[in-house]
Amino acid sequence: MPTDSLGFIFLNALLINNFVLALFLGICPFLGVSAKLQTAFSMGLATTFVMVISSLCAFFINQLLVAYDIEFLRLIAYIAVIASAVQLVEMTMKRFSPALFRALGIFLPLITTNCAILGLALFQTFGDYNFTQSLAYSLGAGGGFIIAIVLMAGLRQKLELAEVPAIAEGAAMTLMIAAILSMIFMGFAGMGGGG
Amino acid sequence: MSEKIIHLTEHPTPPFNSAAMIRSLTLIATLSGLLVVLVVEWTRPMISENQRLAVEHAIFSVIPEAVSWQPISLDENAVISAGKVAGSTLLYAGFNATGELAGVATESSAQGYADAIRILYGYNPACDCITGIKVLKSAETPGLGDKIFTDAAFVANFNALDVRLNESASALANPITTVMHGKKSHPWEIDAISGATISSRAIGRALQTSASKVVPALSGQRDKLQSFSASTRAEQP
Amino acid sequence: MSSLSKRKPAPNMDLFIKGIWEENPVFIMLLGMCPVLAVTNSAINAVAMGVATTFVLVCSSILISLLRHAIPKQVRIATYIIIIATFVTMVDYLIQAISLDLYNALGAFIQLIVVNCVILGRAESFASRHPVIPSVISAFGVGAGFTLALICLGSVREILGAGRLLGLPLFGDNFEPWVIMVLPPGGFLVLGCWLLLFAWLKQRRKPATHHLGEQADAH
Repeated sequence: MPTDSLGFIFLNALLINNFVLALFLGICPFLGVSAKLQTAFSMGLATTFVMVISSLCAFFINQLLVAYDIEFLRLIAYIAVIASAVQLVEMTMKRFSPALFRALGIFLPLITTNCAILGLALFQTFGDYNFTQSLAYSLGAGGGFIIAIVLMAGLRQKLELAEVPAIAEGAAMTLMIAAILSMIFMGFAGMGGGG
Repeated sequence: MSEKIIHLTEHPTPPFNSAAMIRSLTLIATLSGLLVVLVVEWTRPMISENQRLAVEHAIFSVIPEAVSWQPISLDENAVISAGKVAGSTLLYAGFNATGELAGVATESSAQGYADAIRILYGYNPACDCITGIKVLKSAETPGLGDKIFTDAAFVANFNALDVRLNESASALANPITTVMHGKKSHPWEIDAISGATISSRAIGRALQTSASKVVPALSGQRDKLQSFSASTRAEQP
Repeated sequence: MSSLSKRKPAPNMDLFIKGIWEENPVFIMLLGMCPVLAVTNSAINAVAMGVATTFVLVCSSILISLLRHAIPKQVRIATYIIIIATFVTMVDYLIQAISLDLYNALGAFIQLIVVNCVILGRAESFASRHPVIPSVISAFGVGAGFTLALICLGSVREILGAGRLLGLPLFGDNFEPWVIMVLPPGGFLVLGCWLLLFAWLKQRRKPATHHLGEQADAH
């Protein structure tokens, strides 16, 4: 598969270079909001939603920055726009879809400081992706985040029934599971090569 | 975790004062713009010097005899021009101590095991061979895939990799191929690293993709390439 | 902890120590995990990341503390983020000017300092409410705690994963590196082990009365 095809970009972000388990982006929600399956899934959905929106915003901002040759303002512009985009999404959602807002609303403010969002915007810029490639990349990254956080939540729910030594409860145990998940995801690494 | 902090900061309800908000945001934005521009202007010469050194180091390592270099561009119709031209392939012509053309270096990339591998390779028209590669960026597994630049035996593949052209000079006579470890029998074959076949093949693919275009395009243009050397010497005081 | 409070250090010193130990951003508060895991595959990267983060932390704390009365409440988060992003951009260019190799090794994680919750947390919970001097001391303390944690991870991962420390070989040629340690799973694993160690130390320090049973189990 050629490396710039939409399918490859999507798979790459989804599995091969999974944002959470291979690139260490979005670790805070991954460790913090993965105690319950339902919440984890909602968090994943909300993150994907914001990822797609901010990825598109970032694409157009970058065009603008490159046109005026002021790329050194990229970081400031991205973070400001992501923060306002999240706010805007939150307000729109509250107004037009209260049900969706109830499901995802409380997660939206947290997502602003989720490094996966800014990371996505930066990586798509470094990778010189065009509009559709950016879209595929953000969908893949969001999907990858959902997979990782849902897997983690499922495992943690099972773990509640297990007897864990007192000192390993909480974050230490979660990190150990993450290590194993991350090893599993390393198996996807060869998918892009070979051909 | 992050959520605790954010929740604390969520619901501010002091009296609304738009003028003050706009004033303070403008102040901060001006201040931050000023700081950033100052630093960017101050560091710009250092950064471009660092980048130039990095490029130079890479070029000199893939063209062993080179002591000076010039950026040149090769467009679709095999026309060579000086400097960087958008939409053309960027090449670096390297010249030896006497100003003779020592080789041409250019970048290529291919998907490796973990992520794309970017390489710079040197081509010497005099011997019709590749004179060296340098891995510019790779995320290959340490201890396995990273042997593409740590394994001396693998790197030795590229001391003189044959890229002869066919009789009509339209394509490589023998495509660069990566063979199983220990099966190398021709000078245009790359002896793969056992245990890191995917990474080895990626290097082969990167070379083949780029060399099959660049080498035929440069054929018969040695004088043109050489002319860039003269221009360097003329510029120097 | 008890030995510290007995010595009764000056309040400023207390603030500094707090950031390193009692409120260590990584080991105790579990903040700013992304760079902690991502750039600690060697000790030198860990040090560079720690210093860069401390720089941003201290500079933004100074500015935010100075401006704390001038910033309206409603836009304070936006203001903080812009201030932090400004200093991160500066660090980004400074590192490029110092060493491109280091810049490439740290990759996007320099720019991602912007979304490090440690910095925004410090700005919101401390610098916006305190004068400049305590804010700076606290920022230095937290920065030092963060750097220390990065070094803890970075050196363990480099020693086990590459058999080196700061690029110097430690073991003979016969040492087969535990490659997994410098790969992503190693990051999770080593941080998990450090947390286990801290939890164990904490448990031992507690008065042993009602924990006897559990400790016996753990042994």
